[in-house]
Amino acid sequence: MSLLKTPADPRLPFRQLRDASPGRETESGQGNEHEPACKDMRCIFTEEGLPTAEEAYNFFTLDFEPDPRGGAEKKGKEGAGRGRAAEEDGDDNDAAEEQEGAGGDSEDAPLVRDEEDDLFAVEQSSRDFLEVKKAEYVGHRERVQRESELLFTPSLRTAPTSIKLPKNMQPRYLEDEGLYVGERPPVSLTNENILENRFLKMEEGKKWFGDDGRIVALPDPIKESSTRPPLFHLEEDLDPALQPVYRKVRHTLSAPEGDYQLDVDVSGLIFSHHPLFSREHVLGSRLAQLYDQYLTRQGNNLTGHLTDKVSVAEDIHGGESLTQAMQQRISEYSLEVRTTRQLRDGEQEKDRTLLKNIVKVWKEIKALRDFQKFTNTPFKLYLRRENVDQASDEREHENQILAEVMETEAEMEEVHQRELADYKKHLEEWKLWRRKQKKGPSQDDTEEDEDEDQEASQSEGPVEEGPPKPDPPERPDIDSVEQRVREKASRIRRKPGESILVPELSAAGNVTASELCPRPEIARREDVSRRSLFAKILYNNKEVSRTDGRALNADFRVHFGQIFNLKILNCPQSINLQVFEEVGSSCSLLAQVFVPVPEPSVVTGIVPVEEYEFSSNQRVMFDHEGVGSDVPLSFEADGGNKQTLLTSGKLSCCVCWGSEEDGVPLAPPASQHPGGKHSGPGRLDAVTYIGASGLYDMKKIGEWATRSRLDPNDPKNASIMQLLKVASSGEVTAPDYFRLEQLQEEFNFVSDAELERSKRFRLLRLRQQEVAEFRNYKCVPALEREVTDKAFQEYEKRLKEGELVDTKEHLDSHRALVSKYLQKIRESVINRFVLAKHHYLLSDLVIEEEIPSIGGAGPGILGMNLFKLTEPKRPLKPQRKERKKVTAQNLSDGDIKLLINIMRAYDIPVRRPAVQGSDWLISQVRHTFAPLHMCFLGVLVFQVQVRPFVEVSFQRTVLQTTTADGPNPCWNEQLQLPFSAPNGDYSAAVLQSVKDEVFINIFDEVNDKDRGKSIHTRVEKHWLGSVKIPFSTIYSQSKIDGTFKVNTPAVLLGYSKERSHGANGGYDTLRTLSEGAFVTLFITIEPQLVPGESVREKVSRGRVRFDSQEEERLLQAAERFERDAARGHPDRPCVATVIDLNGKTVFVTRYIRPLNPPQELLDASPDDSQDALVARFVSLIPSLPDRVSFSGACDLWSTCDQFLTLLAGDEEEHAVLLCNYFLSMGKKAWLTIGTAIPEGPTAYVLTFEQGRYLIWNPSSGQFYGQYDTFCPLQTVGCLVAADNVWFNVQEYASPMTMSFDTTKANLWKPFFSRSFSHPGLSSVQPEQLVYRRADKVAAAELQDRIEKILKEKIMEWRPRHPTRWNRYCTTTLKQFLPKLEQSGGRDVSEGHRHELQGMLGDNRISGFPLHLPFSEIRPIVEAVHSTGVHNAHASNVEFALAVYVHPYPNNVLSVWVYLASLVRS
Amino acid sequence: AAMATSNPSVFLLTVNGQIEGANFPEYDNLYCKYCFVYGHDWAPTSGLEEGITQITCKGSQSSHKLIWNFPLETTFKSTNPSGWPQLVLSVYGPDVFGNDVVRGYGATHIPFTPGQHTRTVPMFVPEPTWRLQKFTSWLMGRRPEYTDPKVVAQGEGREVTRVRSQGFVTVSFHIITKDMKKLGYDTGPSSPANTAAAPSGWSAEEQPINMQ
Repeated sequence: MSLLKTPADPRLPFRQLRDASPGRETESGQGNEHEPACKDMRCIFTEEGLPTAEEAYNFFTLDFEPDPRGGAEKKGKEGAGRGRAAEEDGDDNDAAEEQEGAGGDSEDAPLVRDEEDDLFAVEQSSRDFLEVKKAEYVGHRERVQRESELLFTPSLRTAPTSIKLPKNMQPRYLEDEGLYVGERPPVSLTNENILENRFLKMEEGKKWFGDDGRIVALPDPIKESSTRPPLFHLEEDLDPALQPVYRKVRHTLSAPEGDYQLDVDVSGLIFSHHPLFSREHVLGSRLAQLYDQYLTRQGNNLTGHLTDKVSVAEDIHGGESLTQAMQQRISEYSLEVRTTRQLRDGEQEKDRTLLKNIVKVWKEIKALRDFQKFTNTPFKLYLRRENVDQASDEREHENQILAEVMETEAEMEEVHQRELADYKKHLEEWKLWRRKQKKGPSQDDTEEDEDEDQEASQSEGPVEEGPPKPDPPERPDIDSVEQRVREKASRIRRKPGESILVPELSAAGNVTASELCPRPEIARREDVSRRSLFAKILYNNKEVSRTDGRALNADFRVHFGQIFNLKILNCPQSINLQVFEEVGSSCSLLAQVFVPVPEPSVVTGIVPVEEYEFSSNQRVMFDHEGVGSDVPLSFEADGGNKQTLLTSGKLSCCVCWGSEEDGVPLAPPASQHPGGKHSGPGRLDAVTYIGASGLYDMKKIGEWATRSRLDPNDPKNASIMQLLKVASSGEVTAPDYFRLEQLQEEFNFVSDAELERSKRFRLLRLRQQEVAEFRNYKCVPALEREVTDKAFQEYEKRLKEGELVDTKEHLDSHRALVSKYLQKIRESVINRFVLAKHHYLLSDLVIEEEIPSIGGAGPGILGMNLFKLTEPKRPLKPQRKERKKVTAQNLSDGDIKLLINIMRAYDIPVRRPAVQGSDWLISQVRHTFAPLHMCFLGVLVFQVQVRPFVEVSFQRTVLQTTTADGPNPCWNEQLQLPFSAPNGDYSAAVLQSVKDEVFINIFDEVNDKDRGKSIHTRVEKHWLGSVKIPFSTIYSQSKIDGTFKVNTPAVLLGYSKERSHGANGGYDTLRTLSEGAFVTLFITIEPQLVPGESVREKVSRGRVRFDSQEEERLLQAAERFERDAARGHPDRPCVATVIDLNGKTVFVTRYIRPLNPPQELLDASPDDSQDALVARFVSLIPSLPDRVSFSGACDLWSTCDQFLTLLAGDEEEHAVLLCNYFLSMGKKAWLTIGTAIPEGPTAYVLTFEQGRYLIWNPSSGQFYGQYDTFCPLQTVGCLVAADNVWFNVQEYASPMTMSFDTTKANLWKPFFSRSFSHPGLSSVQPEQLVYRRADKVAAAELQDRIEKILKEKIMEWRPRHPTRWNRYCTTTLKQFLPKLEQSGGRDVSEGHRHELQGMLGDNRISGFPLHLPFSEIRPIVEAVHSTGVHNAHASNVEFALAVYVHPYPNNVLSVWVYLASLVRS
Repeated sequence: AAMATSNPSVFLLTVNGQIEGANFPEYDNLYCKYCFVYGHDWAPTSGLEEGITQITCKGSQSSHKLIWNFPLETTFKSTNPSGWPQLVLSVYGPDVFGNDVVRGYGATHIPFTPGQHTRTVPMFVPEPTWRLQKFTSWLMGRRPEYTDPKVVAQGEGREVTRVRSQGFVTVSFHIITKDMKKLGYDTGPSSPANTAAAPSGWSAEEQPINMQ
């Protein structure tokens, strides 16, 4: 809105009025001109006769100069600007219009008001003035364009360096020049570009850029590591045990029991200022201080001393002498005299000033006392005049002055002379220079001389350059000297003839009594009397005692007079006396006085009490006369010259060492003082030590510097770089050691050599290394001396005798060697697997539910698990639950029990009637009269049954079942046998290597009732047979459940195998193949232990890989094959690759190759029994489970030649050898991998003969038909032949229910198929085996030795009974044994028994032959012990022992032991 | 006997104290099993090596603390401070379905210094390997558990496990040692406050004599 202005306004300036009329006349022209400006306006006058706002404005402001038409554009713009201004004006005026009468500020306002009434108040409304228009839309492009005029958008692009630098300048990179440039703080490039572009737009923007064209920036100040690691607080402060505690190094007194005594004598306290001082006290104490000072000075009499010295020196000076040395001395003396005189003058001046001050203060006190009209202090100063002899005094005075004057004159003269000499010298130089300037080089010497004189005469000459001509020194003003000396004398000395003033301060004055004093003073005195003081004595910052409180006297002196005897035990570090002031019940620390620790020689009685000054900065103010402390105080009337006094004073005390009666000081020796050990803790500080030592191993620092990539230009590293530079330049010879290592020695507890020598440390170290002898060593002795050498004996012996062969244990040097070799392999393999052993899997540590799988096999089926949820918590018919497994690592003795459930037995041999010859009769009868035999036998059987019981022995613990009746007894009893691991180590590795076996022996209990004559009943037990199961098998299987064949002796005297013939014929025929007795057992370990995982299993999980020479493709295929097998049938073992003795992975088919059995063996037997003989030969090779030999590390396969050399191996080796023999003998044979009882996963041999499959147990030499119920092989996993491996994918895995036809692809999955054909793997086996011939001599020798050892052992086991040997019987038995060997332990029993019975007549004999493969003596002894034959306690018992060793080729030995006991009946 | 006391070959460590309580914000009705784990050279001479507390539930008015106040009292003898006994705690309690599940494992060394100590032992449980297992283990009430709680007292093999924090158990100890100093092991009180309070051999005796 704008205002209408009328040209008729009389107040308009003339010029505008004049301009207006043309404006109106040329209206159209003007309108055009201002059109753009009008656009923005919201309101314009539309009425014809009225000017627009623009016009109105212009009417007032515009100067209508004659304007060329071309400027119209520009004017338009101006108009726009003004138009806006006008609009604003209009707004103002509009407001003014509405509030009528209000005085408008605008200059236009009055105009409007004036016109209002006449012009448009009636005809026109506001509508007429306004035009409503639509909001104007400005197009985007236009707006952008318009904005671009106003706004600046910095570019994101990098500005070229050339713009950023001054013109014609190349960028300069400081870093390239080798200068240090720190790392810039990280800024994103775009941001940096924006900032740069902004700077470039600015004026002087270039100053922001550095020489390299980048923005100037400081190095990144952020440290990468936090300087202070965060502390974690769990609800409370950090564990105090973990908090670092600073403990000062204690200097223990060497003899702590020694009595050290420190005497502290606190005698008293004098305040030199106290807040309760009155003004008079302040002055008084000042006077006292000055007087003290005076007295001290007087006592020292320094002035007199110096005066004497001066006079003496003058005397010497006076002496005449001429020598050079004397001259020198004289000059020294005179110098000394001068200094002494100056000192004396100073002292004299001080004396005089002091005296003056004393007098002045005294005058002030007097003035104060007069002023306040009472006396507070008892001080009185007397000035004593000492009259002196006027004449002599004056003379002396004059002499002194004269002497001084003379001396000063002499001194001045001397100075003058020296200056003169200087002057001459300078003059010479100057002349020389002058001559050189003036004369050319051609001049003669003579002329020079003349010139010299000439020049010398000239006092002045034109000086152009060079040294100025020196001025001659002035003569000293001698006359003024005397004047000066006299002035000085009058200032510092008393006037001659004046009497000497001697001040004397006495405290004899009277203090005005309190009642005569004004009130403030009384208040002050009362305050003083209320106060008392005491002192605490702090020894090493601990309060040890305090003085009694003493009241503060009016003279501000406190007397304690107490001596404290401190008995001390630790080194004195500080002695501190704290002065406390007590007002009423509150007390405050006034001051602390630190007293130095006395020297050991300072003893009570010889040291005076010393005064220690103290002061305190506490501020005290009073409203009474007390002046307070730390408060400005003035003594002058106008309040000027203010002083601030602090509480201060002197404590007199004395600290010294006590002494005994005989004068021996009770002080620690001097070396114990901490003062003498200042370097102690400092040396431990690495940094200061390094700094001080200056010894460097430059090479190491250099290495470190390069490794840590120190920036050589970083100022922080300057010192180290400098150091390295110096070192590399060879200026410093670097020592061979690094400075920190030297320091390291100080941190070592003992030297390395000493550590090496320590037996205890060695024990600890060996235990840590898990050396077998020390693996579980308990309670290493606490002290070195308690470790005996005995502890190491065994270990050292082993180390030393590692190479020697112990033939005693092995009885056979070859086997001893083999066992050594095996030991070595074991060690190397174990070392190889040490790493793998320490690999843990999650399942080793955490038990969790298996990953639920839908539709897969295994226990983790989700649906099954969910179904379980609905199960009742306590079902009526509970199912056997899987027991929780326990890792063996945290068990201890007695925790593990072996549970053996003996259920039943079949076909136990029954007793033969004791009637001589009756058994023979029976057999005859049986053969001839079969029908009759039935009823006859029935009676006999009823009479002579067998009463078997089972005895289980394990680790020499023996338990037995109750006795049952008959040959097919049922016990169903559970026996618990404790198990203890060697050395109490229950780790899985150790448990696996436990070699103990569980012997399950079946005995017959015989009650010998002595024909009824007496009541004496003797119970005898007769061994019938045994089953032995190694603990390692139980451990790895975790449970053993099945029926086992009882190992019955080939001959059992007095027993026969009786069968219930005919009764159940069908079953009988089934059993024809399996002779002998059987026992059903269930064995497990309680709690169930987690069997140690073999390395192989870890291998299969991809944790450990073995080296291999097989192709990668084959290995992968094998891995896949095994994995698939394990997924499909987890209970069927599958083997595709095995690990050989070198720890390399080998494909299993390489082991199968036809190999020749020993020819000797084949020759010895007819064709039809060759198979059995070969199997027997193989079974005679001792069995040694790999789990035992390699601590469960893994299952290693040796080749047949290795196996025959080692003469030890587990089932796989046996099976491979047997299979290879059969192949060479032209049979169809396969290696069968499966599980059997009791061995667990094992290897058997399958042969196909005459249309039926036979399963051979290679460890026992037995064979079973496919449909044999008692075949130990329970599952068949896979078959291995030389050319392929087949995995059993049939429904069943038991041999009885499956087909062995490997050609059927739906039953057997071959490894090599058409898609992956056999690559022609060569065998690892040798082409043929070479055998050593059987050595009969060695066998005979061994036979004798075994016999001897066994006899000794049996006698040893019967310590309380005599052991008699029946030689006759022994001979008979010995003859019999080879026959047993020849027949393979069959078919000779009948005849043999008759023979024996005939020979022994009425002796009752019980005994049996044992047959064992030979490995070492221990198993033989164990087996003999387990039969319990030695337990016969009859008084007339005799024993017979026969041993027979039959040699087979290649040192395979078959051992027979025939043990019998004879009782004469 | 005199010889034995002057030249001891073993030192004794008596641990008295109690498992005071726990702070498991989310769980209730918990009980705690404890056992000690120690090195080869240590042997307990008296007291119980392991135990199990009563089941406790949170009080209504008190804070969310579970209180057991279960006493510990064991004496060990040893020749070597290596393998210093650790107290291993494992806390169990029922889950929503009433299955007993583990709520936390934790271990702390028995304090070295004689005197009274309080330890707050952070507790943790192993995590299931897979998400699905997490669900099924929750459903079945068979959470992952350590094969043996004692593994939390050792370092070997722990790298294969993943655990989650669960709460805290507070244990207070009163430790008495015998003959440690004689064997050369100084575990004396570490905090200076104790030093001042204890009548140590380093204080000065006073015998004031009044001279007046």
